[in-house]
Amino acid sequence: MKIEETTSAIVDEFGNFDDWMDKYNYLIELGKSLPLIDDKYKIESNLIQGCQSRVWLHAEFDGNLVHFTADSDAVITKGIANLLIRAFSGHTPQEILDSSTEFLGEIGLTQHLSPTRSNGMLSMIKQIKMYALAYKTKQALGS
Amino acid sequence: MSTSPNTGSVAFDLAKIRADFPILGREVHKKPLIYFDNAATTQKPKVVIDALVDYYSNLNSNVHRGVHYLSQEATRAFEEVRKQISVFLNARYCHEIIYTRGCTESINLVAFSWGRASLNPGDEVLISALEHHSNIVPWQMICAEKGAVLRVCPILEDGALDMNAFVSMLGPKTRLTAITHISNTLGTINPVKEITRLAHQNGTLVLIDGAQALSHLKVDVQEIGCDFYTFSAHKVYGPMGIGGLYGREEILNAMPPWQGGGEMIKSVTFEKTTYNELPFKFEAGTPNVGDVLGFGAALKYISQLGMDEIAAREHELLNYATHRMQADADIKIIGNAPEKASLISFMIGNIHPYDAGTIFDQLGIAVRTGTHCTQPLMDYYGIPGTIRASFAFYNTREEIDQLMDAIAKVKQLFL
Repeated sequence: MKIEETTSAIVDEFGNFDDWMDKYNYLIELGKSLPLIDDKYKIESNLIQGCQSRVWLHAEFDGNLVHFTADSDAVITKGIANLLIRAFSGHTPQEILDSSTEFLGEIGLTQHLSPTRSNGMLSMIKQIKMYALAYKTKQALGS
Repeated sequence: MSTSPNTGSVAFDLAKIRADFPILGREVHKKPLIYFDNAATTQKPKVVIDALVDYYSNLNSNVHRGVHYLSQEATRAFEEVRKQISVFLNARYCHEIIYTRGCTESINLVAFSWGRASLNPGDEVLISALEHHSNIVPWQMICAEKGAVLRVCPILEDGALDMNAFVSMLGPKTRLTAITHISNTLGTINPVKEITRLAHQNGTLVLIDGAQALSHLKVDVQEIGCDFYTFSAHKVYGPMGIGGLYGREEILNAMPPWQGGGEMIKSVTFEKTTYNELPFKFEAGTPNVGDVLGFGAALKYISQLGMDEIAAREHELLNYATHRMQADADIKIIGNAPEKASLISFMIGNIHPYDAGTIFDQLGIAVRTGTHCTQPLMDYYGIPGTIRASFAFYNTREEIDQLMDAIAKVKQLFL
């Protein structure tokens, strides 16, 4: 599935909720169901800066696609990480770099989450794009 | 407000008091605002807002400089607030009050003026494990610069200062101890008078960080006996960006200026500058006149309510909230010192404070979550942070009930 297809599916899912509580409930469920990162990757160098709760993001590149796993000590943050991984994991570096993150605004997450948490989310996105850029460079160098 | 015949104090008319604070009438996420983040900053009564508007509408001019009417009038008002603060804190002299941007700048002033002139390699500065970063970092900086040693007095499990340790850590090299009056994270009220007595016996100077104290209890710097006392207006219902340093006259006189500029000088030639007298020696540049006047309005406001009345009412709110939280086995209160100001740091089970805070926010409840600028203290308890509800006299039992309902909702979502 293309990134745009996943993100528009996410927007549709969140469109079903009228009440903020339902939305958060769903986000919490997503947080609880996030496949846990391998403990050996929960290291200082995988910690995302700029997020008040602790978030670890691990990336692996199979030469074609980038795969992400993540964890956080806060459930809502984990829910957001789940959404980001669902959208971006398993795509080529170029696809990740070309993709838009507007869907987070459309589902009201940038609006409803506190600025510090939004910053954490933005930091996660920035980190995902950084990995994509790094792997794209690696690809181009043919190593 | 009406005067109670029995106590002679001003009785609380809560509805009227709440109406004095315009912001308490607003909504957040379509719900009435419940403001429990008073330890971060208090809300401002209309008299404070009016004082700012009045200053910029009718009085704006630079102080201590012009012979013209406005400048003289502004100078008079500006200096009257200094007098008012000195009376509020029971300082001996007005010139023992130095205007600063707030507590942080006051502590930096002492660290970099007194510390730079007085600390020698091997000297010690004694702080406590309760301190806010603003009463840690300036001392780390000056100690590193001067080769001095920063020592940290531990606390007891309940969040009270370990006074036995404090006594044993006061040594021949302890030049200054800098301790908070009230912990912003745990609410612990430290025995500052006893701390000062013990330190002075040892020939150690005492700085008390009063950021959290002025709004909650009567502060008398002569009774405490401390050498320095720091405060921020915005935590006492006044404007942001203004505050002060109380310092004993003889010590302030012996200290070199910190920042250079206009106002702090007596005469300037390119060869030599002679410095102005107290308090101006420490007030370089054009001061924040408008906010000083707002601060004056805030102190007048709470003085009229009465500090004893405020303390009693906040104590009642603290007791009520503590009892309600203690009745819930999932809630763990962090900090149970015998003497506490009206704030509660707590955890709900093992729910991350940010998760809880996000839900509280959706319900219109403003609390602080995180480490509260006291990371070493969180490390001591081995927790990622806490949820902190801090109460002011304008808060109500009903609001605490709604906080408890919100906690139930958080538990339902996360446990």
